[in-house]
Amino acid sequence: MSRIKEKFTALESQNQKALIAYIMAGFPNEKATISTIRGLVKGGADIIELGFPFSDPLADGPVIQNASTISLQNGTKIVKFFSLVKKIRKETEIPLVLMTYTNILYHKGYAKFISEATKAGIDGFILPDMSIEESKEYLQAAKNKADTIFLISPNTSKTRISKISKVTSGFLYLVAVYGTTGVKTGIKKYSIDAIKKVKKQTKGKIPIGVGFGISTPDDVKKYINAGADAVIVGSAYLKLIEKTPQRNLESKIASFTKSLKKQTIK
Amino acid sequence: MKYPKDGRFGEFGGKYIPETLVPAIEELEENYLKFKNDKKFKKELDYYLKVYAGRPTPLYYAKNLSEKIGGGKIYLKREDLLHGGAHKINNTLGQALLAKKMNKKRIIAETGAGQHGVATAMACAALGMKAEVYMGTKDTIRQKLNVYRMNLLGCIVHPVNSGSKTLKDAINEAIRDWITNVEDTYYLLGSAVGPHPYPVMVRDFQSVIGNEIKSQLKKIHKTPDSIIACVGGGSNAIGTFYPLVDSSAEIIGVEAAGLGLKTNKHSATLSAGSKGVIHGMMTYLLQDKEGQVTETHSISAGLDYPGVGPEHSYYKDTKRIKYHSATDAEVIDAFLLLTKTEGIIPALESAHAIAEAIKVARKSKKSETIVVTLSGRGDKDVEEVQNYLNKHVKN
Repeated sequence: MSRIKEKFTALESQNQKALIAYIMAGFPNEKATISTIRGLVKGGADIIELGFPFSDPLADGPVIQNASTISLQNGTKIVKFFSLVKKIRKETEIPLVLMTYTNILYHKGYAKFISEATKAGIDGFILPDMSIEESKEYLQAAKNKADTIFLISPNTSKTRISKISKVTSGFLYLVAVYGTTGVKTGIKKYSIDAIKKVKKQTKGKIPIGVGFGISTPDDVKKYINAGADAVIVGSAYLKLIEKTPQRNLESKIASFTKSLKKQTIK
Repeated sequence: MKYPKDGRFGEFGGKYIPETLVPAIEELEENYLKFKNDKKFKKELDYYLKVYAGRPTPLYYAKNLSEKIGGGKIYLKREDLLHGGAHKINNTLGQALLAKKMNKKRIIAETGAGQHGVATAMACAALGMKAEVYMGTKDTIRQKLNVYRMNLLGCIVHPVNSGSKTLKDAINEAIRDWITNVEDTYYLLGSAVGPHPYPVMVRDFQSVIGNEIKSQLKKIHKTPDSIIACVGGGSNAIGTFYPLVDSSAEIIGVEAAGLGLKTNKHSATLSAGSKGVIHGMMTYLLQDKEGQVTETHSISAGLDYPGVGPEHSYYKDTKRIKYHSATDAEVIDAFLLLTKTEGIIPALESAHAIAEAIKVARKSKKSETIVVTLSGRGDKDVEEVQNYLNKHVKN
């Protein structure tokens, strides 16, 4: 059983939902990333999504774009990233999901990239520009090695949701709003309806993680009440990292995480 | 490849897109397939192309230039004479009309040199629609005249400050807008790039260039020996080449070699790139060892792009089309030579094709026929050329 699956099973038995935190590796530097992860673990995050920067992040809003640019300027490279993952793995067994764009994996070779990443301690992948039509080689490479987490959107048809569910493992990532990451639209009715629709259709066969535009404990609460099995908070973490000095980073991240995590416990 | 159902030209193309865009892309493909053979739609588009844009464009024998070089006869396909000053209007009229049929109220586009932005603004004004255009801030500075033109045409220009602040970043931003406003917005992509069906649709709308060349050559009893066009994303080139791809002519696409292929200051994707995924497509791409897209350089904003249309990647690998390149210096020479000998000021993009035509003509016999697509006029580039000459010519 994968670390992600184990996590969801354990949470279910404790009557909890999952808090997933997204951060950009190497933003603003490696030291900050390590402190942030310690804070996340301390604060009770259930899964960590580690962003690996790409030069052209077309699904991301300004906050993650900026974090990508800074991370790349600071020299984040694949080999360095894998050794960071190994360092993290020495400290914690928290599930780690790598989020980046298709070209990063394609360029190195799907099989090679995935095998090195999983050896370092990565449990799953999220590629926002990977559609199921183009995913054959990627899926083959990840088979029995890592979870492949696909995204769906409020406008995804029923037929497509069932096709996507077949190739998704770990959890199904529901993009709550029309927009890029970090958009502040407030919670829309169509997002709540989408969660209910997807939950009904997937019948609990796979956990539904809801992300994009979630930044406060109140947001978390509303999505959990609508039926989400997990909520993903990203840009809000990056903003907090950006304004917090290194010496306070771990404790600030831990207390923000605690405030979010509280909303996922019944 | 007539209409690749899966959107693949060999291994290139496809649709690598965020899931939010899937319904929009499917709707687009469905409507494109419905209207492309629709008699009424074709008639309406032909009307606008003829009466509004100024088609057919002449095929002009550049006698003075040909004689000066002393080789084959150079014919210019005068897309520079179109309304707006470039081939871009062929595609924007087609797509804007399609958007109208699809009842889309809001049009967005990206632009590099500004020619596609201007052509979008014109087509939308003519068809009674509103357009918003994304443009890298670097390009808004070097092509500021086109920014004013777009404003005058009633179009909002959004400067893009991310990444290299050029065409590639303008495309990223347009895609982000589309993701956000997917329900009412039509993305009018300006080159034969992006996810399927854009590369094939843009090619089809631009194929009017090659089809006219074919019948114009027939009228003067010529068969082409060489066919040349410049390649950035590659829309004027694929529109020129595709109808002639079964001919026996040598076909050459010309990329921007910038300061030289050995420097990292160029945009010659097919000459120096490797396979990768950008803007929803698998294609040749300028990237570093880690798969990060590298910044490009060209004296012409319209060719300053690290990717290329997937059908070009396919023709490169099948070797049907040769892809050469011209440096900034060669381009300036070609620009000046054509201007002086023929009284035609070419766009710097198109001057890349002229530079190659000069090379080909030098090596060819007088009986040979060389056809070059002059994709746009150079009024927009006069200041850029002046700056270049002030910097580089000492006497």
